Amino acid sequence: MDDTVLRIAGREFRSRLLLGTGKFPSAVALRAAIAASGAEIVTVALRRVDLERPEEEGILSAIDPERQLILPNTSGARTADEAVRLARLAAAAGLPRWVKLELTPEPRYLLPDPIETLRATETLVCEGFTVLPYIQADPILAKRLEEAGAATVMPLGAPIGSNRGLRTRDMVRIIIEQARVPVVVDAGLGAPSHAAEAMELGADAVLVNTAISDAEDPAAMARAFALAVEAGRLARLSGTAPERDRGQASSPLTGFLGAPGSAS
Amino acid sequence: MSFARELDAWPPERITALLDRAGPAEAERALGQEEPGPADLAALLSPAARPLLERMARRASAITRQHFGRTVTLYAPLYVSNVCGADCAYCGFSTAAGKGLRRRTLGPDEIARECDALAARGFRHVLLVSGDAPGQVTCGYLAEAVRIARARFPSVSIEVQALDGEEYRRLAGAGIEGVTLYMETYDRGVYAGVHRGGRKADFEGRLEALERAGMAGVRRLNAGALLGLAPWRIDGFRLGLHVRWLQRACWRSAVAVSFPRLRHVPEGFAIPCPVGDADLVQIMLALRLFLPEAGFTLSTREPAALRDRLVPLGVTLLSAGSVTRPGGYADAEEKVLAQFEVEDRRSPEEVARAIRRAGYDPVFKDFDRAFDAEPEIPGRERCGSS
Repeated sequence: MDDTVLRIAGREFRSRLLLGTGKFPSAVALRAAIAASGAEIVTVALRRVDLERPEEEGILSAIDPERQLILPNTSGARTADEAVRLARLAAAAGLPRWVKLELTPEPRYLLPDPIETLRATETLVCEGFTVLPYIQADPILAKRLEEAGAATVMPLGAPIGSNRGLRTRDMVRIIIEQARVPVVVDAGLGAPSHAAEAMELGADAVLVNTAISDAEDPAAMARAFALAVEAGRLARLSGTAPERDRGQASSPLTGFLGAPGSAS
Repeated sequence: MSFARELDAWPPERITALLDRAGPAEAERALGQEEPGPADLAALLSPAARPLLERMARRASAITRQHFGRTVTLYAPLYVSNVCGADCAYCGFSTAAGKGLRRRTLGPDEIARECDALAARGFRHVLLVSGDAPGQVTCGYLAEAVRIARARFPSVSIEVQALDGEEYRRLAGAGIEGVTLYMETYDRGVYAGVHRGGRKADFEGRLEALERAGMAGVRRLNAGALLGLAPWRIDGFRLGLHVRWLQRACWRSAVAVSFPRLRHVPEGFAIPCPVGDADLVQIMLALRLFLPEAGFTLSTREPAALRDRLVPLGVTLLSAGSVTRPGGYADAEEKVLAQFEVEDRRSPEEVARAIRRAGYDPVFKDFDRAFDAEPEIPGRERCGSS
């Protein structure tokens, strides 16, 4: 099956599974999960990184910048100003000039603020950042962000950490249909089957954190997600057969009559 | 409507009736609820839930991991003053307890020395603590203390007397992340009996302080009841309602809960309603199921062995290496009055190792300087109209 690579802002990635790093029990467990996932984009919350005094066993120590792109994220920011400041500080400290915008003004469901996200995207794109905004599954917002220069859009499947799966399926489908930038389904995917579903629907990639970090064996679960993403992608490219409400025999019952209109 | 009116809608008789009505079936149902209501909270706090503690613990642990991951953030308290006019009957800072030991309020240089000592131990989250001394620990003093601490720590929170909205706004502007303020007890009668002086005697003023802080833009509000003053099931229930209230009223703020338990008290004061280890565990578990997204804070009042066991039950913030007297980090010898006896005397590194052994990641930094009210960071590039 002919598959093209995932291309974001001119950079190519073979893996379509992005990994979040926030909830792992140790740098060792994170390192193992990254390896098993095959992820080439790994996102890191800047609020957890001590740019002034890097910790030996900190999150960054688990990432190999030769193999994985470190994607700084603004988790914890409530306003565009805060997110923009974080992105600038990270770039000034030598991290890639890429940023996953997470602007979540309420701490319970961590739902993204569309207005602040659009504002921050406009500012950071203008400053030369590659911006990947985390958003509610809102097709109009997705188009507005695309126009503002976002490199991807990252609609949520369900609230962060909820493991509820692709609850926003209908809206994500519209986003995918209309998008001219890669669509990465982010947040809420709790099982490999959810990731496969998003890929079958036509998502370009998915981002997973809690479902892997909270598994009994995070590395094995990372591998399971990688396989599911590949399976979902392959299914999408294969042309998934339509759903029907009744069974249909796979061997035609009237095959003996020959093709309609034939001479026999 | 204020929380004071909501609280008045829940007199002890109404809560006791719910507690009494809860049998094994109610407790079982409450444990299975995805979104427990007040009656479920009462059932989980009731004696009928005691046989379910192990199952509650498993569920609480899973919920906490889902929301917070396998991580525990470490912080240290920094006592800036032990001067106190509140004279609370149970407290180490009370007039009766403090005889013969020095009371002092740290100056700017002393605060800086304490901060440096804590930063050298690895801390990035600090909680500035004082007694109830509006004369010495003014809003201006606190703003200066916050400024000094902010130069050394990404996250600075305060645990001081109840302030007014304008004062909280000023301190939020100075960059505090959180306000910790325990109601001590939600029982007006008990409250009046133990809070004999100072502004702290104002029950309603204290009850509504966290809401004022949230409305002023403070990002993290930490509530708590001092366990041991009043029947824990009733105070625990009202604490749960208070946190729910704050989550709705201050939707931009994260609300956390502490579980300070009275252990050592001044001579002449007997703990009115002692809380055992199993009681402490039950209140934590019941509140975790009722408040899945709330941070849970645990101090060094509890002994090391117990703290290690409590971490997987839902704790997300843990103090370590604490000294509860002003100036104690830079000068370990000085004879200054301490607020309470620290039970867990391990160093931050030892506590971090214990957290790792339990399968969790000890996190020293979980906040950033970029999250504050300062309008600009110098030297940045600008373009366009933004």
